[in-house]
Amino acid sequence: MKTAAKDAGPYPGEIAMANFKAVTNSEQARSADQTLRIYLKEAKYEFLKNLRIPRYSLSVIFFPLMFYILFGLVMGRQTVGGVNIAAYLIGTYGVFGVMGASLFGTASGLAAERGLGWLEVKRASPMPPFAYFVAKVVMSTIFSSAVVLLLLAMGIAFGGVRLPLAQTVRLVTTLVAGSLPFCAMGLALGYFIGPNSAPAFINLFYLPLSFCSGLWVPFIFLPKAVRQIAQFLPPYHLAQLALEAIGAGQHQSNWMHWEVLLGFTLICLGIARLGFQRDENKLYG
Amino acid sequence: MMATMPQIWQPSPQPAADFTVAGLEGVTKSYGAVKALDRVEFRIRPGELVALLGPNGAGKTTAVRLLLGLAKPNAGRVNVFGGNPVDPRVRMRTGAMLQVAKVPETLRVREHIDLFRSYYPHPLSMSQSLAVGGLQEIANRRFGDLSGGQRQRVLFALALCGDPDLLFLDEPTVGLDVEARRAFWDEIRKLVARGKTVLLTTHYLQEADALADRVVVINQGRVVAQGTPTDIKSLTAGKTIRCLTNLGLGEVLALPGVLQARRDREALHIEVSQAEPVLRELMARDPHLSALEVTSAGLEEAFLALTQELARP
Repeated sequence: MKTAAKDAGPYPGEIAMANFKAVTNSEQARSADQTLRIYLKEAKYEFLKNLRIPRYSLSVIFFPLMFYILFGLVMGRQTVGGVNIAAYLIGTYGVFGVMGASLFGTASGLAAERGLGWLEVKRASPMPPFAYFVAKVVMSTIFSSAVVLLLLAMGIAFGGVRLPLAQTVRLVTTLVAGSLPFCAMGLALGYFIGPNSAPAFINLFYLPLSFCSGLWVPFIFLPKAVRQIAQFLPPYHLAQLALEAIGAGQHQSNWMHWEVLLGFTLICLGIARLGFQRDENKLYG
Repeated sequence: MMATMPQIWQPSPQPAADFTVAGLEGVTKSYGAVKALDRVEFRIRPGELVALLGPNGAGKTTAVRLLLGLAKPNAGRVNVFGGNPVDPRVRMRTGAMLQVAKVPETLRVREHIDLFRSYYPHPLSMSQSLAVGGLQEIANRRFGDLSGGQRQRVLFALALCGDPDLLFLDEPTVGLDVEARRAFWDEIRKLVARGKTVLLTTHYLQEADALADRVVVINQGRVVAQGTPTDIKSLTAGKTIRCLTNLGLGEVLALPGVLQARRDREALHIEVSQAEPVLRELMARDPHLSALEVTSAGLEEAFLALTQELARP
């Protein structure tokens, strides 16, 4: 009944009969070198995958740029907080940009891959589990950097923005480092939203948080009630750090903002971990 | 009534003389109030192809998920290569083809394979990996542009590209047409000929019959039979007669050749080993018998019968 195919098929000429010993502790897990190579490949393909989804790659880059052009460049040359508004808004739209790249980069992919079975396939493979999450964070950070650099280029080219090199470097590193709390938030969200409703849910957090944190309209123009709420919102604190980098901060303690962001990151990672554990006990047919 | 059916279910575990590549040892897995698996016991020996056969929702996928370390049992032990399935060294020796609703669509076939190959210490080469799935022609196509059959072949290649010793194939041919299914069977047979060990889940008796050395029949979370495909087929050799009749249940049960009878609303369902003699007798006794249907007893009936048999004290 069984036709044992003896042809070599696509396999190499002679394959040794599979070695059916039990695993032993002397058996090597992989070397650090091999592990690093997996992390790099995972990140590379995560990046390619998202680059080829225009709904992600174009919208996370062009929405912040478009808003910046409309509000920062077209609106004219006022000053806010002692600096040119075109420079000021690089800081706040920079936060808006890194938030979008991070939230959509982590949460929508995770929600879809988790909800539709692909994460199961990856977890069943010998992939180091962390590689999957690190790849999403690295990919998001690349897009965050791109948004920030493009905003800066626009400001310099069309907004007459002239920042000293030290301030420019500090602004870029603050914004890119500040994307990490929102990657953590995206991972947490990704574990609790469905694959189809993901974009809607992400926007439900993204857009109100952006407005109330003074990312679209300079903070000082916001109603008093909103300004009070803003103190409790992580994007507000990142925006203050970005503005401080270009000399337009509100002279609060620098460390306080970083502490808020660190605490927020830890809470989000804790929530993501709960989601990770909860998935183990889900009902599958 | 069931005495005439071959009794191949073995309540006692087999002697552990030879090596078990993978197995469940008294495993119970519940999801909330639902018992997906109930004291399930089976094992897979080196070079064997074992088919886990059962209807939808029987617990086949749960068994595979436990063997892959994607879920933990509530009781009992999951053994893969003598270790825990979550151990990375165990995972490096296993490959899995799972049912997945959506695979990232913007990556090319070659890119998906390149990534999965990198997880394993001694993978097949890229060209071998493409060849096992017959993917050479579509290596540069994006996953989203592939047909259903091509997608299945990519998932098959992803399971194989690490050249693992043990393969889990969860309903590998579901949704394929007859021709594609037969082509898949040929590929699976090649694996076994190469000395690989395979656990395959299916709800087609025909598929288990065509491929498996041994069949484990599972229903409602319990192993109801284990044996060769021939043993299992003999369970489903009978016929079911359905008719409207005035005859009493007791009278029908007393007829020779009747294995089981039950009343379902107005109709009578009679399980028999051979239809013709029972039909003659029924017609003779009740000239008003009507709405007669005779069908081959399918797997469902066999599962039902076996489950009831097990439930008896």
